[in-house]
Amino acid sequence: MNRCYFCKACGSGCPFVSLMDFPPFGIIRLVQLGFRQEALESTAIWVCVNCNTCASQCPNNIDIAAVMKALCTLALKERAAIKEMDIINFHLEVLRSLERYGRTHKVGILFRHNLLTGKWFKDLDVGLKLLSKRKLDLFPSRVENREEVSRLFRPYWKIYAR
Amino acid sequence: MELIEYSYFPGCSMVTTSMESNLSLMQACQVLGLKLAELEDWNCCGSSSAAIVDPKLGFNLACRNLSLASPERPLLVVCPRCLHQLRQAHLKLKENRQVRRAQERRWNRPISPDLEIVHFLEPVVKLGSRKLRQHLARPLTGLKVAPYYGCTLFRPPALRKQWYYLGELEGILRLLGAETVSQGLMQRCCGSFLSVLRPTMVSELVNQIIASALASGADCLVTVCALCQLNLEMRTTLEPRLPIFHFSEILALALGAADYEDWFSRHLVDPHPLLGRRGLI
Repeated sequence: MNRCYFCKACGSGCPFVSLMDFPPFGIIRLVQLGFRQEALESTAIWVCVNCNTCASQCPNNIDIAAVMKALCTLALKERAAIKEMDIINFHLEVLRSLERYGRTHKVGILFRHNLLTGKWFKDLDVGLKLLSKRKLDLFPSRVENREEVSRLFRPYWKIYAR
Repeated sequence: MELIEYSYFPGCSMVTTSMESNLSLMQACQVLGLKLAELEDWNCCGSSSAAIVDPKLGFNLACRNLSLASPERPLLVVCPRCLHQLRQAHLKLKENRQVRRAQERRWNRPISPDLEIVHFLEPVVKLGSRKLRQHLARPLTGLKVAPYYGCTLFRPPALRKQWYYLGELEGILRLLGAETVSQGLMQRCCGSFLSVLRPTMVSELVNQIIASALASGADCLVTVCALCQLNLEMRTTLEPRLPIFHFSEILALALGAADYEDWFSRHLVDPHPLLGRRGLI
């Protein structure tokens, strides 16, 4: 990470920089200078989808997306004051689906996510269109040996229950 | 015809939101002599949410899949995100014997360090031009295609030394008779899961990608990623709407598959008018 000389190539290429409080190079700088809290509480780390555009443009070969991901894990563990709660809740909803079925069940995830965020009818039109095109399955596709998968998730709910 | 056997990892999207990609893949593989045996009791590859919440969790999920795969035949993956996750996990197991032993104990099954993990593009490229031409039943003459790779096939840093995919879609599509146009944003990210959480922003992004294809004169886009295909069709607000095809659909169509109605009826942007105009269906 100390290889970063602040050329800002990552920030210029990032498709999601407009949604971030700090651009990718800003996050790297925060970490370099030891602004731990600011980095863990930033919106940028949650907006990042790990498309790796930044890393493929970095002249110093820094895996910036991996840094973002590591900060997300740390922020959850340390219960930092996170602003993008809807994104975290979405991820946790996906985890619940994986724990239950071993695979993602999109209808369940989206439905529970909308319930939790209080936007009951958000994207209802899109959802119905997807259903009519047989793109969403009401019933999940699931793993047979569920215990083998679900035991991976148990330790997490102790950490992430809020 | 000599059959080449593969274990097949479909991934969550291929069995739900992009069933059409799965169906057409089966058709294409049958014609090309690639025999796919679905990986028994596979689970989510562990990318995206699991890996964001905790990379260790994502790694464990990927390792369970690897422990189910027979070392006798390569593991074929279609979703770039799954490919990335499974390959990255496998590299880690290959490099570190202790980590591999720990995972073998966890799943109580051996994991081969020599397991080969391939993307669907690889066997198609390896078959070579002669074999593809030999099976070409419906040349895609007159179809102007913009190949769209998405972000994940474009070498994430952990996989820099692996197979380089850029240019291969163009090569295959031209062999199939299509005209390919180059567009500037063919590796731009489609928005991934933000499509659910920040739809307005993703609409802008998707529109940029499609506008760039339109500007280079494309009739349609061809993707190798199920999520890209969905996001591009679902979130665009541009008119007229360009059809977005899965690579496996366009391949199976060119190879003469007959059950395309079942795939195309699942598209949000109807591809019939375009394919009709070009005399392909």
